[in-house]
Amino acid sequence: MPDRLDQLRSEAESAIAQAADAAALEDLRVHYLGRRSELTQILRGIRDLPPEERGPTGQAANEARQTIEQVLDMRRDALESGELEKRLAGDRVDVTLPGDPPWPAGHLHVITATRREIEDVFTGLGFFVGEGPEVEYDYYNFEALNMPPAHPARAMQDTFYLSHQVVLRTHTSPLQVRSMEIQEPPIYAIFPGRVYRRDSDATHTPMFHQVEGLAIDEDITLGDLVGVLREFARALFGPDRDVKVRSSYFPFTEPSVEVDVSCFNCGGKGYLPDGSRDPLCKGSGWIEILGAGMVDPNVLGFVAHRGYDSERVQGFAFGMGIERIAFLRHGIPDLRMFFENDLRMLEQFG
Amino acid sequence: MRVPVSWLREYCDPRLSAQEIGVRLNDSGTELERIESVGVGAVDDFVVGRVLAAEQHPNADRLRVCQVDDGSGETRTIVCGAPNVAAGQTVAVARPGAVMPDGSKLGKAKLRGVESSGMILAEDEVGVGEDHAGIMVLENGHEPGTPLLDALQIRDDVLDLAISPNRPDCLAVYGIAREVHALTEVPLAPDPTDSDAEPAAGSHDLQVDIDPEICLRFTVRVFEDVKIGPSPLWLKARLTAAGQRPISNVVDITNYVMLLTGQPLHAFDYDRVRGGRLRVHRAEPGQKLVTLDDVERTLSGDMALISDAEGPTSLAGVMGGQVSEVSGDTARVAMEAATWVGPNISRTMSTLGLRSEAGARFEKQLHPALAMAAQRLAARLMVDLCGARLVAGTVDVYPRPLEPRTVKLRVPRVEKLLGAAIPVPEIEAILQRLGFGATPGDSPGVLDVLVPYWRDGDIQREADVIEEVGRIHGLDKLPITLPARRHAIGRLTERQRLRRRVEDALRDRGTSEVVAYSFTSQATLDRLRLGDVPLLHIANPLSEDQSVMRPLLLPGLLDAARHNAAHGRPAVRLFESAHVYRVAGPLDKAPDGSPQGQTPARERHHLAAVLTEALPGTWRSDPRPADFYAAKALLEATIGSVGVEAWFEPGERPFLHPGRTATVLAGDERKLGWVGELHPSVAREWDLDRAVAAFEIDLDLLAEIAPGPGHYSDVTTFPPVVQDIAVVVAEDVPAADVVDAVRSASRLVDAVELFDVYHGQQVGDGNKSLALRLEFRSPERTLTDEDVTAERTKIEGVLSEIGGRLRA
Repeated sequence: MPDRLDQLRSEAESAIAQAADAAALEDLRVHYLGRRSELTQILRGIRDLPPEERGPTGQAANEARQTIEQVLDMRRDALESGELEKRLAGDRVDVTLPGDPPWPAGHLHVITATRREIEDVFTGLGFFVGEGPEVEYDYYNFEALNMPPAHPARAMQDTFYLSHQVVLRTHTSPLQVRSMEIQEPPIYAIFPGRVYRRDSDATHTPMFHQVEGLAIDEDITLGDLVGVLREFARALFGPDRDVKVRSSYFPFTEPSVEVDVSCFNCGGKGYLPDGSRDPLCKGSGWIEILGAGMVDPNVLGFVAHRGYDSERVQGFAFGMGIERIAFLRHGIPDLRMFFENDLRMLEQFG
Repeated sequence: MRVPVSWLREYCDPRLSAQEIGVRLNDSGTELERIESVGVGAVDDFVVGRVLAAEQHPNADRLRVCQVDDGSGETRTIVCGAPNVAAGQTVAVARPGAVMPDGSKLGKAKLRGVESSGMILAEDEVGVGEDHAGIMVLENGHEPGTPLLDALQIRDDVLDLAISPNRPDCLAVYGIAREVHALTEVPLAPDPTDSDAEPAAGSHDLQVDIDPEICLRFTVRVFEDVKIGPSPLWLKARLTAAGQRPISNVVDITNYVMLLTGQPLHAFDYDRVRGGRLRVHRAEPGQKLVTLDDVERTLSGDMALISDAEGPTSLAGVMGGQVSEVSGDTARVAMEAATWVGPNISRTMSTLGLRSEAGARFEKQLHPALAMAAQRLAARLMVDLCGARLVAGTVDVYPRPLEPRTVKLRVPRVEKLLGAAIPVPEIEAILQRLGFGATPGDSPGVLDVLVPYWRDGDIQREADVIEEVGRIHGLDKLPITLPARRHAIGRLTERQRLRRRVEDALRDRGTSEVVAYSFTSQATLDRLRLGDVPLLHIANPLSEDQSVMRPLLLPGLLDAARHNAAHGRPAVRLFESAHVYRVAGPLDKAPDGSPQGQTPARERHHLAAVLTEALPGTWRSDPRPADFYAAKALLEATIGSVGVEAWFEPGERPFLHPGRTATVLAGDERKLGWVGELHPSVAREWDLDRAVAAFEIDLDLLAEIAPGPGHYSDVTTFPPVVQDIAVVVAEDVPAADVVDAVRSASRLVDAVELFDVYHGQQVGDGNKSLALRLEFRSPERTLTDEDVTAERTKIEGVLSEIGGRLRA
């Protein structure tokens, strides 16, 4: 009898190992372990055996049953995972098809993106960000900036008028006096916003954006102005940039300067690696980025009652064009493109 | 200001290239726009020649065959068409291969059978003048073969300089020379206005009177025996290089003196000054004058005129008139040099839309001393170049002479302002090179700085003197520092941060920002049916399209949508964040003095979006067209990003779909803006043929409404019971009313979400069924089914008040 059990077990083992799928495996389970299977019959017939055979036969039959069950389980697991793999293999996607975005991303306008960067640099340097009206009194736009009526410098800026005394601000500089009227010294601020000049061609649009800067304290020097603007230039144009100032003229600063940044296109050399002249800085190695100066004592005179005594406090102001900064950084060829709002351009930035 | 470098070098020659001179000037405040090369190419091909013989061309009446000695040892044959060529003349010769001012290269040519090797030159052919009537005949004294450049400035570099309005002294070659002197320390030649002509015998009886409110000084000198003719070549060459057309010697002298000194002059034909008197006065309003450019000008009451006994002759300081113009038969000249009131000249030019070289100088306020200085130089030139005699008796009306100005300079202030100490000897030397006097003041560390007359307008205060010292010392030598910033606190305001958050929210939801012009037009607003809105009008717009300030952002976004549709992108999602402008009150009544922070208009910061598509399609899904709900969801998500929840009431806007428009309310019943679908006929006005949804809200108001940092509310204690209900109501009952009713019925309703709307027979015609998911929750305990059943009964009761019932 034990021989027969060994035989059954090995027979079952090899049959199970060859079962091709779950159905064949079930047939084998019924065949070897079912109620009518030989093994079940043997187990049922144990009580009819002589007492000395019952023990060994029962033990051997149970062992055979357990072994067959184990082999069945193992084979079932193997078959199932194989069938899953096979199913998954048939479930392939073309990974090169476009993804399915939850929302396609939009873009901030390049002017907004640039303005925010500028704001972030100056807030880091301790400047707050202020704002003011675009429809402005002549007083703030000109008069309190040391440009009385018929001052020749007014001709430098073609002005849109709404009335004799009301203009579209030609620069963000009106915020100088507006802010000093509100806040006593010291003051460290920048003022971004839209400005307007009556001019329209490839290098002028009737509306554009500026950022004004103002720092008034007891001991601000022209050297401090250069230092602040160098930090700014390095933040926006790269850590290797240098700045230099040239003397200039604005009615509301004295001394007045133009600030140049060393050209980031050619590294300040004026020529490109192939030896040709750098078109961006026109071979000079420097690019003009803004006008600035020490706030004119006459301007402080308009807010002397707010603590701006020019014998006691002094400081600098600067004004830069956001479009110019964006143009320099991104090489946008025509100023008018900033306001066409063509998505083919908008989607390149922000 | 065009400054020919050869002319500049006559007064100060630092032996630097034009480029180097230009850069030095540029860095010290005289902006270099560009350097232009004028005249011929390589100067080697141009020499002095002598005409040995000039014979009639055998085959052409108008040509002469000339034998020319050009110093090369061989006689050169040149065919010449000029009527004035003759043997014995010293002439300018271009050899074959010469590059002419227009860039063309001179070759050998056969002219009617005679080989011509070279060219005898006329003025215009070397860019010296415009005369092409004949060849230039040079003064004798130059040997054949001498480089032509030695005799004539046939090639030059011209510095094109942008002069700031505070520096009329630099609208002058000598003024620029003075700058170069100050910068380079190279000696400066004496001021050409220092020496005068000797007056001749005789007298004149010219009478002058002036209005001292418009004219600070009026000087006239009379010249007799004036021989009108062309100017010498050297003078023509300078004028031409500086951008002035040579006309005749007298007129050229006025221009030459102006270019050299900065003082404009006017030459009258004295015999055509009627009544022998000149009067400076203000024009009668509406008075007419024909100016030299042959245009009749209508004058206004504050414009300065010069009249003779019979009427106006000149628009003072701006342009002469035709009445007493110098002409070919002029024999006596009255040379006028005056000082006008700058702002008055500036207004005159801008009112008439007329600018001139003279006016551009006068408007920057010249000093009266310059008028007489210019007379001295002009007199010498009149004598030298026109053979004229200066008649004794200079007319000089100067009722209020100006005293020289002294400014105190506290030396420590130089360091305080610039950040670097400059030694006193250097300060003094800089000032002296610029023509200032610098002497020790009445206390230590103070200099008395005497301002030269030509800088009187610009240098009036200590800071002005410090700028002079700094710019000549070199601003690039200053130390670079950072402010101490003891009290500087940098941050964005709450409002600015809110603006960034909502802009980012829109961007992150697939909406792209545009920046449109702040201008719009009445016609555009008419198209939006907003013709009645009071507007801020620009008095001097560039065009009708840009003539009013926009009262809302929508039109700019529609323009952008149209632009992109026309460029192949009909499906867009765009937004803008910017000011809009409303009338606040009358604009013609500004406060006297400071407006104290008031603003002339009412400006609000708005946020608006336009969608012509809700969601783009992909290869797996179709695009979703824009509609009311798409815009509403975008708006809710946007303002939700700053913690504001809005509600919506049916609204009306003339440019929106009447059935698909809502007023957006938030906070304490405040109207934040609108959301809706564009009226199809308005969309058509912008050539948009698909549904357009939009919203526009007031961001300033949103900032007021937005909550501060919120308080924690409990999320963990007791679990909710979730139940779905279906409510049947009449079609015209707003869903918000149903939700409000449910909320008001039960304190235990924690959240209500509408997740389906059903129309159909089962709910009856004219009705709809709204499916709501309710979350019941108590802060005190776990709710039981009995609790919820009781609440549902309450809800049923309240719903019946608005005609609703629960669907089984």
